[in-house]
Amino acid sequence: MTSDSAALGSAPPGSARPVSAAPDRSPGSAPAPLLRRIALQGKYETITMLRNGEQLILAVVLPLLAMVGLTVTPLLDGFGASRINVAVPGILALCAMSTAFTGQGISTGFDRRYGVLRFLSTTPLGRTGLIAGKVLAVLAVLALQVLVVTAVALLLGWQPDPLGWAPGLALLVLGAAAFTALGLLVAGTVRPEATLAITNLLWILLGALGGIVIPAERLPALLESIVHFLPSGALGQAMREAFLSGTVSPVPVLVLLLWTAIAGGAATRWFKWN
Amino acid sequence: MVRSPESPVLSISGLVKDVGPLPTLDGKMLRVVSGLSLVAERGQVTALLGANGAGKTTTIECAQGLQKRTHGSISLLGEDPDTAGAALRARVGVMLQDGGLPPSARPIPLLKHIAGMYQDPWPVGELIERLGIDTFSRTSVRRLSGGQKQRLALAAALVGNPEVLFLDEPSAGLDPQSRQLVFELISELRNRGMGIVLTTHLMDDAQRLADYVYIIDAGRNVAEGTVAQLLQHPLPPEAGEQHIRTLLFETDPGLDFTGVLPDGVNVTEARAGSYAATGALTAADLAAITAWWAARGIMPRSLSLEARSLEDVFLDISGREIR
Repeated sequence: MTSDSAALGSAPPGSARPVSAAPDRSPGSAPAPLLRRIALQGKYETITMLRNGEQLILAVVLPLLAMVGLTVTPLLDGFGASRINVAVPGILALCAMSTAFTGQGISTGFDRRYGVLRFLSTTPLGRTGLIAGKVLAVLAVLALQVLVVTAVALLLGWQPDPLGWAPGLALLVLGAAAFTALGLLVAGTVRPEATLAITNLLWILLGALGGIVIPAERLPALLESIVHFLPSGALGQAMREAFLSGTVSPVPVLVLLLWTAIAGGAATRWFKWN
Repeated sequence: MVRSPESPVLSISGLVKDVGPLPTLDGKMLRVVSGLSLVAERGQVTALLGANGAGKTTTIECAQGLQKRTHGSISLLGEDPDTAGAALRARVGVMLQDGGLPPSARPIPLLKHIAGMYQDPWPVGELIERLGIDTFSRTSVRRLSGGQKQRLALAAALVGNPEVLFLDEPSAGLDPQSRQLVFELISELRNRGMGIVLTTHLMDDAQRLADYVYIIDAGRNVAEGTVAQLLQHPLPPEAGEQHIRTLLFETDPGLDFTGVLPDGVNVTEARAGSYAATGALTAADLAAITAWWAARGIMPRSLSLEARSLEDVFLDISGREIR
């Protein structure tokens, strides 16, 4: 960009190693297009997530185990549908929570600790691109989870309502948005060790008692009323409704939208980059 | 080196940065930078020299847009870093003090990934060869030594072929070979027209690399100039004459130099047989002391003369007390 900078084509005397192809361009660069930057970051974070063994256990192994567990125990009997048909929508919701909340939260927390967020925000990617890349990675990993869970579920005899796919997948994306916002809020405000503890603990608590895989009606009365207003309960309920009857009711959708907006707003306000 | 008035790469004026509220200060704000100004030119290395906690990192992080300033103005390549977009970020390379590289990443995929953020990046293969990264290219970041991490972080800052390069404590953790490699590269980049802004608490870094030095203390500018100009900085009154020098020599222990050298020169024996004569030493003084040795058949084991160093200037300006 500067024409006045004469290019030095050779190494200075006494250079430690020969400069075979000394760059003779003058300093100055332009950013790659926005969408390419985001796509690259999404790809990079997806690969990083898939390479992480602990995250794979949380994202795939535990949900599959839970699915098998729910089909061999009578926990889900009495809902007017087969155990597997009641279980799978909740397991898909659990996958969204694993990846968007726990997995993404922990990796963001440690990226923040190691200064990775600060460094990348000085590159053309920037803060917005960084967040967009994370969202993309969550969606990519979630898509893989849906493929694996669906394949195993069909083998186990899952018969989803064909009308449930469109609203079901849309709800899953909405749920992922709410949990991503919550994960970023935790990761951006407390130490990474605390993020690790909080997101894992909440995954277990919400997974077992949050109405995500076990319908609220099966929980103690006190919990039942609360669970409908949790992102886990709302997503689990809406997913079951979609895949069991092909319908969507507005209340759980509204609950998920509110969580997304509130957690997203809070994360934007309080997220500490360093 | 002439400071040209036109189009500096970075210009900071009256920068103030408060952090907090801090619980250690009863919930009050701490002013870490108070009214700092500096200018960095294209094709020059500009050093911010100061002790730890002087406000160097805060200052350049405000310039990079990583921290929001409280008051003052900053112009980075003619733009305000707080509101700048990707186009400006593509022209600026940043090496953070803590590296900022993901621990699980391996050097080559990481550099290629960052290179993808630019339209016309510095070819990764060239950078890897130039900075000797090929010797550890299959090791994850968390297993790299301090010097290897530092070289990788420099490569990551350079991959966009920036016009401005920020280096926060670039020689931290570098072994002598890496240091030589990094310093040569920095000089070469400067000659190609890059504007380089670095922070350091090491006088040697500033003396070897910098075209222009700002000495920072307690969040303020306390002195500035080329290294040569700073070395002529007036001494505090108690130091007396300006041509203060130190003559170091080693010979027999317990010698008494009373009357050999003029009153203004102090001779101390730091260790047995290791002497330092400090003061306004002249050529005549050197002749006197060597004649005195010759008359007594004394041959010193070592002998060296030191002029005032940047470190002395720095300590004179910012005070010698530990803080």
